[in-house]
Amino acid sequence: MTMREAVSSFVHDGDTVSLEGFTHLIPTAAGHEIIRQGRRGLTVVRMTADIVVDQMLAAGCVSRLVSSFVGNSSAGSLGELRRRVEKADPEPLIFEEYSHYGMICRYLAGAQRLPFYPLRSYGGSDLPSVNDGLRKVTSPFPGPDGEPEQVYVVPPVNPDVTIIHAQRADRSGNTQIWGLTGVQAEAVYAADKAVVVVEEIVEDEVVRSDPNRTVIPSHAVDAVVACPRGAHPSFAQGYYDRDNAFYRAWSGISKDPDRLRDWLKEWVYGTADHAEYVSKLGEEFWDSLAVGEAMSLPVNYGRRLG
Amino acid sequence: MTDSTTTTDVTSSELLAVVASRELAARRTVFAGIGLPTLAASLAHLTVAPQLEIVYESGVCGAHPSHLPETIADAVLITGAEAVLSMPALFGYVLQGGHIDVGFLGAAQIDKWGNLNTSVIGDWDAPKVRLPGSGGAIEVMANSREVFVVMRRHDPRSFTEKLDFCTTPGPDRAVEEGLRPLGTGVTRVITELGILARAGVGEELTLVAVHPGVTVDQVRENTGWDLAVADTVETVRPPGADELRLLREDVDPDRVYLR
Repeated sequence: MTMREAVSSFVHDGDTVSLEGFTHLIPTAAGHEIIRQGRRGLTVVRMTADIVVDQMLAAGCVSRLVSSFVGNSSAGSLGELRRRVEKADPEPLIFEEYSHYGMICRYLAGAQRLPFYPLRSYGGSDLPSVNDGLRKVTSPFPGPDGEPEQVYVVPPVNPDVTIIHAQRADRSGNTQIWGLTGVQAEAVYAADKAVVVVEEIVEDEVVRSDPNRTVIPSHAVDAVVACPRGAHPSFAQGYYDRDNAFYRAWSGISKDPDRLRDWLKEWVYGTADHAEYVSKLGEEFWDSLAVGEAMSLPVNYGRRLG
Repeated sequence: MTDSTTTTDVTSSELLAVVASRELAARRTVFAGIGLPTLAASLAHLTVAPQLEIVYESGVCGAHPSHLPETIADAVLITGAEAVLSMPALFGYVLQGGHIDVGFLGAAQIDKWGNLNTSVIGDWDAPKVRLPGSGGAIEVMANSREVFVVMRRHDPRSFTEKLDFCTTPGPDRAVEEGLRPLGTGVTRVITELGILARAGVGEELTLVAVHPGVTVDQVRENTGWDLAVADTVETVRPPGADELRLLREDVDPDRVYLR
């Protein structure tokens, strides 16, 4: 399936859309296609709301954000997000603020269709006063000292669609990720529909030669999209490195709304698809993000004799 | 470079990283978030705590990076690492399971009990400044044995009697609410003026050391609450030539964090 088909089939106005990838394998190309197709009123669920979320905010796609970190990595601020939250400029943004493990537990509850998930966070925090999703229950079991024990819980999240980026999958969607695997499997299993964007689609034998590397089996995947370099400016372990210069540049670009809109016009609206975005950046640019080889040693899965 | 290096040659980031790194002596596992903590932990690994295992928020344990990681999820942290864990394993088993000795945190505001604000300046609903939020800080505070805080700025706005918003509570606030956190909360605060320390629940942060040329009164003036001061206030040993060389040449040669 093409990215255009995947977004048009699986992302609808008003949907709750999870985009996951913890610094590694951020589904940027999918975010850009959502912008091109002009989706509106989305609830975006993403642990680390960073550049791609700032871009989707600037394009007017998002009315609600569920996140545990709203910053441009360690490289600075997200200009559009700050304008939306601080000044409701150009419109307000509903923000549900969690911590990282709170988000993880929401995915864990969602993936397992549980009513809530407990965690040892939030005691004494002001977050429960601004986030109705953080609630305290008394454990039905006594604590270690025999006394009743209180614990915070978070609600499940079940996105209409989760979109993730991965290194490779086979045609039916068995998805292999190495390096940082983040919360991708949980986010996929929590969702009604899942789209996996990959650097490359490989033959079945490639996947089956190393089944432990499959993080998400095909039964959880509704569409596979081949989109090389679709995680830029983040990275794909073993494929290309992180574009740190762009992360640093984003604080300046996003600080000025006109400059940000010009950037979107040139790089997102001005490109028909991610392939055009990639070729517009140019081979020389991609050479600068090239990585060398560091192969894992194969393991012996064994084969029954006779 | 010689031993005559003076503190005037040292940037505030370098000072904080060096002093923070020394506090990690003899520690086994440290949880490092984005920025200065990574720098301090990397330097400690090369100096006072060679056995130190840095656990990165991204899921990497036992990293052996070929270059300074530019982020907590840099590809160089993964290649050659001893383990890479999923987020549920990292936050659930490693952190909440109680495997971290020292968690490193930063904040826009801190109060005398070591509670932290990384959410907003002003009201949460209509903030003057929207900050990044918790990330994993709430979990680091709740579950690490102790927490070190590195603050770039030491002034009454950052060291405040009352936080604009408590994102990350120390154990005192958690206990008040009837919860039993695992750790002791903030035990060290390292700033450009000196070091504040605190042993555990019920204790407030106390000034225990100042940098050369800094007076106790100066720290008091720059702290937004009536600061407790130890009977003996030590003078922090300035960054040594070796520490600076390692920091500048080995840890952060491209000055990613040493801005």
